[in-house]
Amino acid sequence: MAKWWWFAGVLCLAATAGAKDAAPAAADPALEARMLQIAAELRCLVCQNQTIADSHAGLAEDLRRDIREQLASGASNEQVVQYMTDRYGDFIRYRPPLKGSTAALWVGPAVLLAGGLLVLVLVLRRRARLQPDRFEPDEGDDRDAGEDLGEPVARP
Amino acid sequence: MKSLRFIIPLALFLVVVGFLAVGLKLDPRAVPSPLINKPAPAFVLPRLDDAAKTMRRDDLLGKPWVLNVWASWCGPCRDEHPQVLALARGKHAPIIGLNYKDARDDARDWLRQLGDPYTASLSDSDGRTGINYGVYGVPETFVIDKNGVIRFKHVGPLTATVVQTRIVPLLKELNG
Repeated sequence: MAKWWWFAGVLCLAATAGAKDAAPAAADPALEARMLQIAAELRCLVCQNQTIADSHAGLAEDLRRDIREQLASGASNEQVVQYMTDRYGDFIRYRPPLKGSTAALWVGPAVLLAGGLLVLVLVLRRRARLQPDRFEPDEGDDRDAGEDLGEPVARP
Repeated sequence: MKSLRFIIPLALFLVVVGFLAVGLKLDPRAVPSPLINKPAPAFVLPRLDDAAKTMRRDDLLGKPWVLNVWASWCGPCRDEHPQVLALARGKHAPIIGLNYKDARDDARDWLRQLGDPYTASLSDSDGRTGINYGVYGVPETFVIDKNGVIRFKHVGPLTATVVQTRIVPLLKELNG
């Protein structure tokens, strides 16, 4: 049994090793981690719902290589992101900067939420002011509930 | 006041329909390029027909030109090729091919088979020039003016409509 677990463990390791780039990745694990951290924030423009870190598209591989090279030559994370935005626009960033053209993206959900809450509050307030006779009586529910309880149940 | 009950939902519905109708016609793959009206990135690349000769971006200054990114492995490039050939026949401007991440022999065979509309094709074998031009979906086409500024970009295969309504008029304006 112990042997079996050991074997399964090795298989898992092999699987994760295969999923990574066969590239010169292992050369500098710290740099590789920074590269993946940046790449995880960038959209792969070939398969738009994947990040550059996830994608196997040729372009994503090339861009990972570019990020790696720039970090190796001493660029900061911000400089790398700027390099990408200069070429591919804000669209490449999963977290675009807040500015005129992206304002709707950032503020929109909050505005919708505020609007929904406002409508909810208005409706509840108006209902609270209504006379009780404006509401349908609950007797139907009560009767049903009573019947349910009164149903004959075989008990020992 | 009572009629508001019907008008407000109807108005909201029409707004949503409006957004959806516009959204249907947008192409999510057409990403606005930040490079429009910016200087075309510099390059020094070997020519496809003779790797010993290189061409630089600055060699092309002085008149407008078209940069067409293509590859022999790219299916849509084959689809757009008749349009590139037609554009070349119009002699509006030199068309420079950027042969993106391709094998030299495959690329040459491809041109031999389908016809060569390019004044010159340049080998971008590792795709670095492509990245500098923000290329993400081959084929792509750029129009660059005589000062080396990118004036127009089209992503995806050229169509007769794009060539006739956008590229040819722009080249005429830039030449004029």
